[in-house]
Amino acid sequence: MSILAYNGAAIMAMKGKNCVAIAADRRFGVQAQTISTEFEKIFEMGPQLFVGLPGLATDVQTVFQRLKFRLNIYELRENRRIKPKTFMSMVSNLLYERRFGPYFVEPVIAGLDPVTSEPYVASMDLIGCPMETNDFVVSGTCSEQMYGMCESLWEPNLEPDDLFETISQALMNAFDRDAVSGWGAVVYIIEKDKVTKRFLKTRQD
Amino acid sequence: MAFSDMMSYNSMKQPLQDYQAPNQLHFNPYDFNGGTILAIAGEDYALIATDTRLSQGFSIHSHDNPKTYPLSSKTVLGCCGFHGDVLTLTKVISARLQIFEKDHNKQMPTSSVAAMLSTILYYRRFFPYYTHNLVAGLDDDGKGCVYSFDPVGSYEREVFRAKGSASSMLQPLLDNQIGGKNQQGYVAQPLPLERCVTLVKDVFTSAAERDIYTGDSVQISIITKDGIKNERFPLRRD
Amino acid sequence: MAALCAEPPKGGFSFENCARDRHQAGQIPFPLARYITYKTTHHSIGWGECTHTQKNTNDNVHMDGVVLGADTRATEDTVVADKNCAKIHYLSDNIYCCGAGTAADTEMTTQLISAELELHRLNTGRIPRVGTANRLLKQMLFRYQGYIGAALVLGGVDTTGPSLYSIWPHGSTDKLPYVTMGSGSLAAMAVFEDGFKPDMTREEAMKLVRDAIAAGIFNDLGSGSNIDLCVITQGKVEYIRPHEIANQKGVKQGKYLYKRGTTGVLSTEVKKVEFDIIGTEIRRHQPMETQ
Repeated sequence: MSILAYNGAAIMAMKGKNCVAIAADRRFGVQAQTISTEFEKIFEMGPQLFVGLPGLATDVQTVFQRLKFRLNIYELRENRRIKPKTFMSMVSNLLYERRFGPYFVEPVIAGLDPVTSEPYVASMDLIGCPMETNDFVVSGTCSEQMYGMCESLWEPNLEPDDLFETISQALMNAFDRDAVSGWGAVVYIIEKDKVTKRFLKTRQD
Repeated sequence: MAFSDMMSYNSMKQPLQDYQAPNQLHFNPYDFNGGTILAIAGEDYALIATDTRLSQGFSIHSHDNPKTYPLSSKTVLGCCGFHGDVLTLTKVISARLQIFEKDHNKQMPTSSVAAMLSTILYYRRFFPYYTHNLVAGLDDDGKGCVYSFDPVGSYEREVFRAKGSASSMLQPLLDNQIGGKNQQGYVAQPLPLERCVTLVKDVFTSAAERDIYTGDSVQISIITKDGIKNERFPLRRD
Repeated sequence: MAALCAEPPKGGFSFENCARDRHQAGQIPFPLARYITYKTTHHSIGWGECTHTQKNTNDNVHMDGVVLGADTRATEDTVVADKNCAKIHYLSDNIYCCGAGTAADTEMTTQLISAELELHRLNTGRIPRVGTANRLLKQMLFRYQGYIGAALVLGGVDTTGPSLYSIWPHGSTDKLPYVTMGSGSLAAMAVFEDGFKPDMTREEAMKLVRDAIAAGIFNDLGSGSNIDLCVITQGKVEYIRPHEIANQKGVKQGKYLYKRGTTGVLSTEVKKVEFDIIGTEIRRHQPMETQ
C-alpha cells in the first residue's frame, strides 16, 4: 500500500446542466482501522468553488491551508473572485514546486465561473499534472471502482436533482467495494444561485 | 524475459555487491495477460461474458481470444490471468471431464465441476495456477448458477461476479444494478435475459473506456436448457 | 496554523518535504506513489515539396515544414486517466513540442521553456530558433540528471528552415528528418521506415504521420483515443485537434437515470450564493407617445 492509500479516501466531481457536483466519503482511518467518520475532505474556496483533497490526511490539511493562504493573497491583490481555471493553476503550481518531495494528495476541483457561471471540473496527480474534462473526474483509493461507475452512469446535461442521484449512487457503490473509504458521504451541488450540501445515508462498514 | 530483466537490474543497482556475496537471481514464472470475465445467474439461464483481447505489458497478442471455455452443454468456464496457466488448467479440466463422462456415462453437473475445479486449484496451493476463474451454468434444478474462485480454490456460489483486470470497475455497477445496493425502496425481481445482456454490453463498454487490458470485443455466452448461444459485441480497439 | 505563515518568495523547486517523504517510505514498505504518465506515441516528420536543388548543408533532405503528431491518452498504471489530453505543447509561435513520459514534467518543462523563449525573443527582437529551444530544453533536463522524466519531440520552422529534434530525459538530443518517441514509438517508427520519402508533399506528410500515430493507437496499449496534428510552415501554424477521432466513445444501450429520491439523505443544507452588486439602474416607465 502506498502512502496515498494510508488514510483512505474517495472523491469525485461531475458536470451537469448549468451545475456541477462534488462528492466525497467521510472516513479518516489509519490503514484498516477507522478513526473518524466525520472527516472533511472537501473545502470551500469560494462561494461556488470547491476543492476535494484525497490522500494523506496530514497533507490534506496542510495543502488546504497553503492553498487558502495563496488564494487570500490573490483575492486581496486582484480584488475579485478567482476563476476555477486560475485556481487549478494555483494548485498545480503548489504541487509541482514539490516535484521531488511531493504532498501526497491528488486534488479534485469543481466550481462555476464567477462571471459566466460556466461549469468546471478538473483533477490532477500528486505532482500537479492538470486534467480538465467535460464529464467527470475521480480521485482516491477506489478510483477504478469510481471510473467504472461514472463511465456507466454519467450522461450529459443532467439537471441538478438528477446529477445528485447520479453522483451519489456512483460514489456509494464505488466505495462499498473499497475497504479504506466510505463510512458516510457528503455531496455538494453547485448551482448559479445556491449550493446544496447533503449528507448521505450509507453503509457504516 | 523476466530473468534477463532481473539480471540487468541487479547489476545496475549494486555493481560491487556482485563480487562480495552470493547473489540470488529470481526467476519469475508468472505473467499477466489481461482480460476480464463476468458471469450472471438468472432464473432459468446463466450468462458469462469475456472480452477478446490478449495482451502482455503494453502489447496486444491477439484481438480475438475469448477467455470462456465451454465444458459441457450446460457449463461454461471463464478463466483469465496468466495465459500459460489458463491453457494448462483448461486442458487438465477437459481431461478430467472426459474421464468422468466415460466412467459415469453422463456429463458432469455444474456443481460438481465447481467442486472439482476447487480441488484442482488447491492441489497447487504452493505453486498456484495464476488464474481467476468463474464457472457459469445450470444447476440440477435447471436454475442459473455462478461459482467464483480465488486462484487457490476457495469458492462460493453467487448471483453475479466480475473477475480479471477490469473486475473492480464492473463489480460496483453490478452490485447497484442487479443487487439493488444503495437504492431506497428497491424491490428485488427476476432479471429478464434481454436486460441482462444490455447491462453486460454496457459494463464492458465502460470498462474498455478506462482499462487498457479490456477491449476489441466482448463475447457473451448464454446458457439455457436448449444449450449455449454465443453473441459478439464490438468494443474500443485502442 | 504554521502553514499560514508567509512563504518565502523564491522560485524553483522546494525540497522541504523530501526528508519527511523518505522517512514515510521507510515506515510503509511499498512504493511511494504513481504518477500519470504519457505512455504515448508521438511522431513527427519533416517534409519537402519543392524541387530546390540547393540543399541545406546539414540536412540530407530539403524540407518546407514539419508535422507533429500525437495520440491523446494519458495513463495512470493500467487505467486511462485522460482520454483526450493535449500532448502537443506550444513553445513559441513557430515552435511546438510533443511530450512523452511523466505528464506533469512534460507540461511544466514546456511551459518554462516557452516563457524563456518569449523573453529571449523580446530581448533579441528575433524569432527564436528551434536550435535555441533544443539547447534550453536539453540543458535543463541534463541539469536534473534524468529525474525530470520528459521525453520530447521538438519541431519548428525558423530562419534556417524547418528542423526536428528528439530530446531524452537525461538531456541527449538527436536532429533527424523523422523521429518517434513514447511507448508507441516502435509501432510508429515501423510506419515511418516503410513510408518516409525525402520529398513529400504536405498532404503526404500529414497522411504518414496520421498512419504512424494510428499504428501506435491500435497496437500499443499505452497510446489511444484521438489523433492530434500540428503542421508548422514558414510563418504559419495549423494546430488540428482532433485531426481524427480514431476511437469513438462507446454508446450505452440501457438507461441509468435514477428515480429522484433513490439515494438516502441524512440532512440537507442550502446556501444561497450572494452576489456582489456592481451597479443599480432604475429605468422609469416611459408612457408611449399616442399623439
